[in-house]
Amino acid sequence: MSGTPRTGAPFIVTSRTGDATRPPMEEGHTLNAYLASGGYQGLRKALTMNPEEVVAEVLASNLLGRGGAGFEAGRKWSMVRPNPVRYLVINGDESEPATFKDRMLMERDPHQLVEGTLIAAYAIGAAQAFIFIRGEFALGMERVIAAVNDAYRHGAIGANIFGSGFSVDLVVHPGAGAYICGEETALLESLEGKRGYPRIKPPFFPAAIGLYGEPTVVNNVETVSNLPWIVSNGGAAFAALGQGRSTGTRIFALSGHVVRPGNYEVEMSKLTFRDLIFDPELGGGVRGGKSVKAFIPGGASAPWFGPDQLDLPLDQDAVGKAGSMLGSGSVIVMDSDTCAVRAAWRIARFFHRESCGQCTPCREGSGWIDKVMRRIEDGQGREEDLDLLMDACDNIAPGVSWPPAQTTICVLGPSIPSSVAWSIRMFRDEYLLHIKEGACPCP
Amino acid sequence: MAGLTPENLARARETVALYPQPRSALIPLCHQAQAQEGWLTPDAISQIAELVGVSAAEVRGTASFYDMLHLEPVGKFLIGVCTNISCMLGGAYELLAHAEDRLGIRCGQTTADGTFTLEEMECLAGCDGPTCVAVNYRYFPNQDESTFDTLVDDLAAGRLDGDVPCHGTVSRVDRTVTLMAQRDEVLAERAASDRARSERQAAKEAKG
Amino acid sequence: MPVSVNESGIPSEDTVTITVNGKQIAAAKGEMIISATDRAGVNVPRFCYHPRMKPVGMCRMCLVEVSGPRGMSLQPACYLPVADGMEVVTDSEKVRKAQDGVLEFLLVNHPLDCPVCDKGGECPLQDQTLAYGPGESRFVEEKRHWAKPIELSDLVLLDRERCIQCARCTRFASEIAGDPLIDFFSRGDSTEVAIAPGEKFTSYFSGNTVQICPVGALTATPYRFAARPWDLEQVESTCTSCATGCRVVVQSSSNQVIRYLGVDSDPVNQSWLCDKGRFDFEAHRAGSRVTVPMVREGGELVECTWAEALRKAAEGIGRAMEVASDPSSAVGVIGGARLANEDAYAWAKLVKSVIGTDSVDADLGDGLPADAVLGLPKATIDEVCSAPLVLVMTPDLRELAPILFLRLKAAAQSGRTKVIELTSVGTALGRYATETLVYRPGEAASLVAALFADSDPKPLAAGMEIPPIAGVAASDVARTRALLAGFSSAVAVVGRPSLAESTEATVAAVAALSAARPETRYLTVHRRGNLHGALDAGLAPGILPGRVTLEGGRSTFAAESGWGRVPASTGMSTHEILRSAAQGSLGALILLGADPVVDFPDHESEKALSGGAFVVAVTAHLCESARRADVVLPAAMYAERGGTTTNFEGRVTTLGKKVTPPGQAWEDWAIAAELATALGSDLGFTSFDDIAAERTRLVPLFRHFTPHIWNAPSTRDGVLLPLATAPVGLTGAPRALDPVATPGIGSLPHHAVRPPSPSPLFAGTGTTGPSGAVASPGAVRFSRPASPPDLPAPDAYSLRLVAPYRLYDCGTHVVGSAHLAALAPVGTVRVNHYDLDRLGASTGDTLRAVSPGGSHQVVVEVDDEVQRGTAVMGFNLAVAEGSVSARSLIDLSAPVTDIRLEAHR
Ligand SMILES: Cc1cc2nc3c(=O)[nH]c(=O)nc-3n(C[C@H](O)[C@H](O)[C@H](O)COP(=O)(O)O)c2cc1C
Ligand code: SF4
Ligand code: FES
Repeated sequence: MSGTPRTGAPFIVTSRTGDATRPPMEEGHTLNAYLASGGYQGLRKALTMNPEEVVAEVLASNLLGRGGAGFEAGRKWSMVRPNPVRYLVINGDESEPATFKDRMLMERDPHQLVEGTLIAAYAIGAAQAFIFIRGEFALGMERVIAAVNDAYRHGAIGANIFGSGFSVDLVVHPGAGAYICGEETALLESLEGKRGYPRIKPPFFPAAIGLYGEPTVVNNVETVSNLPWIVSNGGAAFAALGQGRSTGTRIFALSGHVVRPGNYEVEMSKLTFRDLIFDPELGGGVRGGKSVKAFIPGGASAPWFGPDQLDLPLDQDAVGKAGSMLGSGSVIVMDSDTCAVRAAWRIARFFHRESCGQCTPCREGSGWIDKVMRRIEDGQGREEDLDLLMDACDNIAPGVSWPPAQTTICVLGPSIPSSVAWSIRMFRDEYLLHIKEGACPCP
Repeated sequence: MAGLTPENLARARETVALYPQPRSALIPLCHQAQAQEGWLTPDAISQIAELVGVSAAEVRGTASFYDMLHLEPVGKFLIGVCTNISCMLGGAYELLAHAEDRLGIRCGQTTADGTFTLEEMECLAGCDGPTCVAVNYRYFPNQDESTFDTLVDDLAAGRLDGDVPCHGTVSRVDRTVTLMAQRDEVLAERAASDRARSERQAAKEAKG
Repeated sequence: MPVSVNESGIPSEDTVTITVNGKQIAAAKGEMIISATDRAGVNVPRFCYHPRMKPVGMCRMCLVEVSGPRGMSLQPACYLPVADGMEVVTDSEKVRKAQDGVLEFLLVNHPLDCPVCDKGGECPLQDQTLAYGPGESRFVEEKRHWAKPIELSDLVLLDRERCIQCARCTRFASEIAGDPLIDFFSRGDSTEVAIAPGEKFTSYFSGNTVQICPVGALTATPYRFAARPWDLEQVESTCTSCATGCRVVVQSSSNQVIRYLGVDSDPVNQSWLCDKGRFDFEAHRAGSRVTVPMVREGGELVECTWAEALRKAAEGIGRAMEVASDPSSAVGVIGGARLANEDAYAWAKLVKSVIGTDSVDADLGDGLPADAVLGLPKATIDEVCSAPLVLVMTPDLRELAPILFLRLKAAAQSGRTKVIELTSVGTALGRYATETLVYRPGEAASLVAALFADSDPKPLAAGMEIPPIAGVAASDVARTRALLAGFSSAVAVVGRPSLAESTEATVAAVAALSAARPETRYLTVHRRGNLHGALDAGLAPGILPGRVTLEGGRSTFAAESGWGRVPASTGMSTHEILRSAAQGSLGALILLGADPVVDFPDHESEKALSGGAFVVAVTAHLCESARRADVVLPAAMYAERGGTTTNFEGRVTTLGKKVTPPGQAWEDWAIAAELATALGSDLGFTSFDDIAAERTRLVPLFRHFTPHIWNAPSTRDGVLLPLATAPVGLTGAPRALDPVATPGIGSLPHHAVRPPSPSPLFAGTGTTGPSGAVASPGAVRFSRPASPPDLPAPDAYSLRLVAPYRLYDCGTHVVGSAHLAALAPVGTVRVNHYDLDRLGASTGDTLRAVSPGGSHQVVVEVDDEVQRGTAVMGFNLAVAEGSVSARSLIDLSAPVTDIRLEAHR
């Protein structure tokens, strides 16, 4: 098991070194505990370096964004347009179904998040940073706000941090319940006090035109939570873990029909989905000893995989090549008794409820698909519904392939077909059975 | 109908001051108004509009985009049952049906005594403990029918008042530190460090 | 470096080339694909895109294939800027599939109630579904349901089921109108347009949302169910409700005006209309309409024949002419701004040549004098809105000239134009102005002088503070002075800020500016629709047609081939005419669409009609003044006659005749011609064309101005006189009306005012002339008064009155349009709370106002937008029972009106 440290389940490990200096997670959210485990040493070290040296370390680590798109963090930082006003926004809106790693990072290790945020702010030269926390995360919000208060008093935030001459403010911003605000440009709109409508790229790439029209970096909570370790241990140490472009460790949120659902931090690329699901120290296998009918490798937006893909490594590029994505790092396991239609419908319903409503294909298409799927699941389907569904999917994501083409502004649109079209492709017979029997045939 | 109390109004002004542009405080202020009244009263909407410099229609339009912001009164306890994929695989819809029976209301409704509102929630990021139930956004994972009944009893009896604050309270921890004062100095410092950076860059290029 | 211009009118250095469906076309750098394809005549379907608003790329109807680093992909044509070498395909299988898809999605929740929908027949959704849509819907599920129409305001209704969430209306409200009172509500497919609880969409511009809605979701109460589009006929015209001169189409059905739509005239209204202009067409069929001539018999007005009315009128006027040595002291004529230019010319000839009086005035004591309007160097709206700095000294432009307000607001918001506003009360423009200096009413001249002085004012003695200037803090003056000093060429918008201050006070301010900065150019704004045209025709004392003085034009007009005679000396202004009438020394008074009894800012105006003068009212409505006339001659209204009109820029545009006048109402020029005959003379006009021909022949200003100029597509937006050359050239491509931008225009047969007849005269190219005064000898020049009027010192107990125009007032058009009449506010005296507290009074109280006009009751209201020491009362508003309107308080012979409020005893 490649020596990746883990302790108990459901659990999360935030130290990659295997040393036992980190406190148990349950108390780890306090400043004292964090300091006792070497907290804020990464920031202190970063402040002794030039900002571009920090960027260089992160480039060397090849840290890929953990929010879904998997873009190299260092490269994103290098793209920020020069302009004295720059913003850093940390995306803690985690709402992708079955993803729950950021919530744990915020609840259990808020200072690590704060420290990582400050390192990123220093690297890009932001004077103002925000942590946008999903509104429903009441506990996470309390922990992070407390951590920010403590960090200010500790001298880690505000004017002249640790006497370095670098100053930055950090504001915790509550979301208010809208999945689309996880999309970075919608998040910025929301942070500007508006309806969470994604902006059109081009031209609204945050690095060019972001918050208040100024250059802005948006990073995921997990992404920046890696920074203290990377700065302390060097980018090379991080890059030494994993393989290819998928370096370091990553937290996988495992849920569904597994014995031990939870967050597991493992070295990237070294394990397979099968390991993650079946290893007794990880997922512990499928509940009731059943077999895997299908699994979703990267959150509800990702196309489904069947059991034949269980041996794929937990590697961004490998999963991409196989026709899906590692996305937000959440793996949903469906056992052999699962009704594929019902599962796909529930995801379609999610996108229907969460469509922001700007784009006609997403706004109307998601509702239509939701209704047809529901009808089939209820036994009122017609055979032509399957072609209709595939065609509606095609009108949202022309070609219905991966990576998707889109007729919409943001990629929520083309996420709609991921469950619907792929489940039809994988389980057409089951759909037909629903239609023929006029009822859901599943137990 | 109630607007913000003087204390909350003062707090709201502090919140506005945290942001480079006042409108950014719109959603935090909606949360604060809800923490007071449980929902966004028309008076609160007008007050927020004035505080952040937009029209009441814009506050209402913005707030209505977000599930957590309520334009109608809701119960003292907002019970949300996650039915999204992971919880559904763990039996969330069965639990939701039970919750409707137990509370005697349909999803989206409030009990006649105004104690409970039941909502079907999208994924709460509590997938490691299906079915995840949130009461006023405090999480109660791994719920089944019997634990749910106990939860409802405990809530009704006030036994959980310490854990579950009144509806609308997103965070019981307040920000206690103000922003650093000298924005201009910081921006000047930032410009200087940008210059230093480009000089270093130039030096590096000259060498390489 | 000379910049060459290609066919599409884009300077070539800013041009890129793109390929559209295999054909190369030129496009302007930075423009969106859709505007390039539009110009090339390639149609890309669209809903949310509107050429006058920022794109949002939401509806996804305009998807086309565009080349990019990763090959061809579907991109919104409305949201992707062109790039050199870009390849665009608008008609591929892939594009068609996407368009089919979007339309099918749009219809998923659409009620498809076209047969009962107002928009049916002119609906972009309907049209584009036929053109691009799938054959039939595959949607068999339950549709979204909303309660049927809800009221957004008194004028606009919303049917949410029909809404396709294009956000045109919400964007218009916030982006263009600056009234963000409607917004999207909720999310996803529950999204609806809504207002805040307890509020309404009370915007002066709300009708535009109805005009641009691409479906039948927004409907206007005055138009609902009034007609079906296929029954409508239309003609292009110019709105004369105010002097901005917005281009419109007038639509009618069964000889009734049914609807106005804004036409996209680039230099003027850019497709928008204000609600007054859009909805006051109901006045055409108002109950107060005069349709039959009337004469006074036994104290009563009784209906009669035209012959009898004309005879009586001629008798009365003839008697007055006989007894007086100088017709200018015997016969007065007030009004003319309601007329078309050709009507005005005919009347000018009748009045100045046949009757021989020079006492004629189209201005009712509420604008700038004719020498300022005609003689100041001119600036167009475009010039004002592209100037780096504009000085605005006008009443609230949103009330006076709403579309000019929109243009200035947009210019200020674009960051291109800095607006410096001098005003006595807060205005809507203030939010967008760089500086707003609030001066004491009447004292603009001293403020202007200080702003352009060589140095900042000095303290009276060392250590003392510098006193405020005209009530403006010295520091504000200094800051603004510095700002002004940085701009070499100034452009100013000037008008009469308050009807409670005399013309002299306003003229003094303009004079101060013109003395300090002679190169300044001006947009002079006034309220009355065709005042400029009336002045151009000579309907003012001391001038003759063509912006020349009586002296300057005498030789031409008095000559035998001209009018035969012109008045000997300068006549009276409206104020003087009214005073003379009140004193009983005027023999006859002709009212040309004027209602001085209520519409003249002086407390004595009412007395004028009881001084014994013989009164002839040429009018469309039986207004207060007409009720007291001896002869009433029914005149045609706006949409009932053709001709041309002139806006406050001096821009001449066409009027479209769409319906016939009711009953026996006549066009004004015909009334002039017949009255001349009754007076034993002959104007020599039997048609409109006769008038135009004589004007072109006699008046240098109108040289080259022949009916044929309207054949050139470039004159659709009007012409600025004088025209430098004939013929008017064919520069610029004809602008196609965008049927999606303004549904209801393009889908109807469109006929120009005059059918284009190719004429050899117009083969060449030329341009419209520079704006400005005529260079001919005797041209009217702005005459700077020697010194500003003396103002009374502000006294601690008085409030200085400001009487501004309000858009919705008691004018005949508003009163005659039921839907607008309800919107007119009640006139109250608004004062700062400080001044009311002092009196122990509060909002709603009735107080006694002691003014030069006497002591009257008024209702007061607290308004902290009003400065201390100032009282504001809108002009010509209805007031509470027992109290008086602003007119009764104003003394026009004084430079300012001070009033005192006293609590009742
Ligand atoms: C519909 C949608 C939802 C998203 N939700 C989240 C989210 O909840 N959290 C997150 O970090 N990123 C989310 N993303 C990805 C963000 O847009 C963005 O890529 C990410 O925050 C960048 O951070 P990273 O580079 O550190 O991954 C979402 C994207 C889309 C299109
Ligand atoms: S794709 Fe859907 S969620 Fe994304 S912007 Fe369009 S409507 Fe909104
Ligand atoms: S998206 Fe281009 S017109 Fe609507």
